[in-house]
Amino acid sequence: MTVSRTAEQRWLAWQSVDSGRLLLLGVSTLLVVIALVQTAVGFSDPHHIAIAFGLFIAFGELLRLALPGGRETAPIAMSAALAYAMALKIAVPGDGHAVTAIPPLQVIAVAAIGMSIGALPHIAAGRPAGITAMSARLVAVAAVAFIYRPMANTGMFPTHLWAEFIVMAMLAALAWLIETVIAAVIRADDLRARYSVTFWDEVRVQWRLGLAVGVSAIITVLGAKVMGISELVVFAGPLLVIQLAFRRYAGIRATYLQTVRALAQVTEVGGYVESGHSGRVSRLALAVGRELGMSEPDLLNLEYAALMHDIGQLSLPGPIPGGATVLVSAADQQRIADFGAEVIRHTGVLETVADLVSCQSMPCRGGVRAPPLGSRIIRAANAFDDLVGGSADRDRIGAALERLRMDTDTEYDPGVVAALAMVTGRLPVSRL
Amino acid sequence: MGKLSWTTWLYIAAVVATAVAILIHAPGRLDSAQWWEIYATLAILFGICDSTPPPLAARQSAWSPSSAATLAAVVLLGPLGAAMVGAVAVLSVRNRVPVVERLFNGAMNAVAGYAAGCTYAAVGGRPDLPMPGMAPALHGTGGAMPVAGLFPWLLGPFAAAATVHVLVNHGLLWGMLRLDRRSRVAAQQAMASSGLPLLLISDLGFAALGLVIAALWTIIGPYAAAIALVPLYVARWAMGQFAEQQRAYSATMAALCQAVETKDFYTRGHSERVSRGSGMIARQIGMRSDRAEAVTFAGMLHDVGKLGVPTNVLQKDGPLTEEEFAAIQLHPMRGLEIVREIGFLNEALTGIMHHHERMDGCGYPMGFAGQEIPEFARIIAVADAFDSMTSTRSYRKARRIGEAIAELRKAAGAQFDPKIVDAFIAALNREGWQLPGPAKPRGYEIMTSQDHDDPITPLRVVDSL
Repeated sequence: MTVSRTAEQRWLAWQSVDSGRLLLLGVSTLLVVIALVQTAVGFSDPHHIAIAFGLFIAFGELLRLALPGGRETAPIAMSAALAYAMALKIAVPGDGHAVTAIPPLQVIAVAAIGMSIGALPHIAAGRPAGITAMSARLVAVAAVAFIYRPMANTGMFPTHLWAEFIVMAMLAALAWLIETVIAAVIRADDLRARYSVTFWDEVRVQWRLGLAVGVSAIITVLGAKVMGISELVVFAGPLLVIQLAFRRYAGIRATYLQTVRALAQVTEVGGYVESGHSGRVSRLALAVGRELGMSEPDLLNLEYAALMHDIGQLSLPGPIPGGATVLVSAADQQRIADFGAEVIRHTGVLETVADLVSCQSMPCRGGVRAPPLGSRIIRAANAFDDLVGGSADRDRIGAALERLRMDTDTEYDPGVVAALAMVTGRLPVSRL
Repeated sequence: MGKLSWTTWLYIAAVVATAVAILIHAPGRLDSAQWWEIYATLAILFGICDSTPPPLAARQSAWSPSSAATLAAVVLLGPLGAAMVGAVAVLSVRNRVPVVERLFNGAMNAVAGYAAGCTYAAVGGRPDLPMPGMAPALHGTGGAMPVAGLFPWLLGPFAAAATVHVLVNHGLLWGMLRLDRRSRVAAQQAMASSGLPLLLISDLGFAALGLVIAALWTIIGPYAAAIALVPLYVARWAMGQFAEQQRAYSATMAALCQAVETKDFYTRGHSERVSRGSGMIARQIGMRSDRAEAVTFAGMLHDVGKLGVPTNVLQKDGPLTEEEFAAIQLHPMRGLEIVREIGFLNEALTGIMHHHERMDGCGYPMGFAGQEIPEFARIIAVADAFDSMTSTRSYRKARRIGEAIAELRKAAGAQFDPKIVDAFIAALNREGWQLPGPAKPRGYEIMTSQDHDDPITPLRVVDSL
């Protein structure tokens, strides 16, 4: 049982290694190999500086940060690696300062070694290695190193402080952009979403953290001119506070979703709907929403609304036979929807979700008002699940889709039904 | 703040007097223009930080990133400068801060800053060292940096100063909270949502930023303070998002529990009151803040499984058959089934599952006795029964609080844990209890005729013999 499941998982994992990922892994592996060889041949630097930065990168990689939406970043590692790529002069105890003329390939080697060391405990603990995200960070750091180091090492660098600052800010922004674009492409492939949508999703989620990473890198570079390596230790304090704040934020987001998922089952335990109904409808609705190019915040509202769409049935004296709302009168459907929306509105925060729930039983055309896209998706997904249930029977799915299609002139949105057909044709609902 | 006890007034007066004495009598050179430039920048930084605290922090909490400004002043300006930066808290533009509170905050920050500055000087840190002008051209080639050589050795004194700053700040605040009951409740609530370790880590982390600001000053002058605002802003944003999500989370949980309750006319608001009662007990017995929070969630969710009990059983007027009684006894397990997937609940799950166990072992579902019953379950059981007794039921009017307390006392030992009962009564005397308000039926509720939570009128079961 377990063996077959892991085999299946491995097969799925291989399936998800698409061309974009392969290209990224190939490029980063090539970079690392060349960098390691080159650095082993000619190492130029006081060793302790490279070691200090490497250790700090490893520390940052160890403290990876899970952001909402299943993203994994390593802000501390990234800012340390960027700082090493852009370091100009690093003060040394005693006299003067070490003029750091670091070859770009050495930056890549140190970053790669640091990241690998930091990733080892994750692998040992059985967590995913996060190779893809690590490669994206490495490529971004490499780009900065290749642009900045030749300028800095040859002394062509503008010596004016502001010029220095602006160049560093632009390069930090470039690194962030590279990382974001790579993440968006990978995500679009994984979720079968559009690149433009995932790009703006990434920007929305990551820009504040990216700003903090960039500014931290600049502060580290400037601070190291005065404080030397001890700068890394001191500045770890504020970085940890930021990291902790984001971790708590991501944690409560995850708990929130988990709780709504769990509590949405009350209708199932109460016998109002078939077991697993709310989960299936929400998975289906998410897949359809993604297919239609909805953005991440909209998808989150859609997921909440889909999970809680039947909460209004609690107002019924007893369960509807079979639990299928598609089979009761339109007036009753609206009453259930209104009560559900009222419950959700009671939270005082989920206004959009309440609106989606209250419009879930409105016909697509000819109603009082045009229901929002999310409501149209929930309506179609709910009807589909009421007709098909957990079944993976092709004929039954085809018949259900046919029935929805017949009603597309008034009841269901034709675009939504087409997306539904696409999504259910690709994978069974249990795998969405 | 309204009515303060005279001891509180005395305490505030003492702290303010100390701060004033420091500001007037402490030695320090205030003659150079550069000193005032640094002071003005750090004072503005302090003001910005102090006026825009993360939304989570209670109004009186010492926790705000402003410690970065104070500690930068310790390094750049010395003890008096640090005290003067801290005193800026008097001018905080936060909304609705009473004058007394402003005075106390300013005095507290001034004393803490002075203490940190003195510590720094005493253990070998030389204030106002990394001044611009002292360091020669730091960009470009060549040029020795006298300041640079000092840096690794500066870390020890600075760490000592930061620690003293945190200790003095929290110590003074702690004293205030000991004396003033109302701010204590507010602070406990803030603590419950963030926890002391987090506050301390954040304080030290922000303090470390102070040293970074001081070091950057030698290179970029006042811009050091400006650039430091960026990480502060990002941290504040994430903290604010956390607070917002947490509020939304509790509200959603409450709304969903309420939706479950609407089915039964007589128990509306029950979950929320049991949650509040459980929280009161947890605070009274000095439970750790994260566990106290978990027990309030468990109290909120304890009856969620009642939805699995068929409506006709809940409505039945007259003795229940064995099967019907069994259906009711199953509800803690059904509740567990629903919430089991909520990862963080852990210990709260035990509270939901065992909230109908009795100390004498005659409860359900497992028949645990005495200390076998998880602490969470013993707490919820008391709050649950109390709310049931003080609410109206179809077969009786609500009991008065005094009567309900007497019933709890009577059942302590056999049904309830006497220690928890005592704690609940003490908490009731301290915090009071809000009785359920009158409600009108809306048409779809069922009118239950028995209440499984009521210890005075237990469920009637047909004698099978």
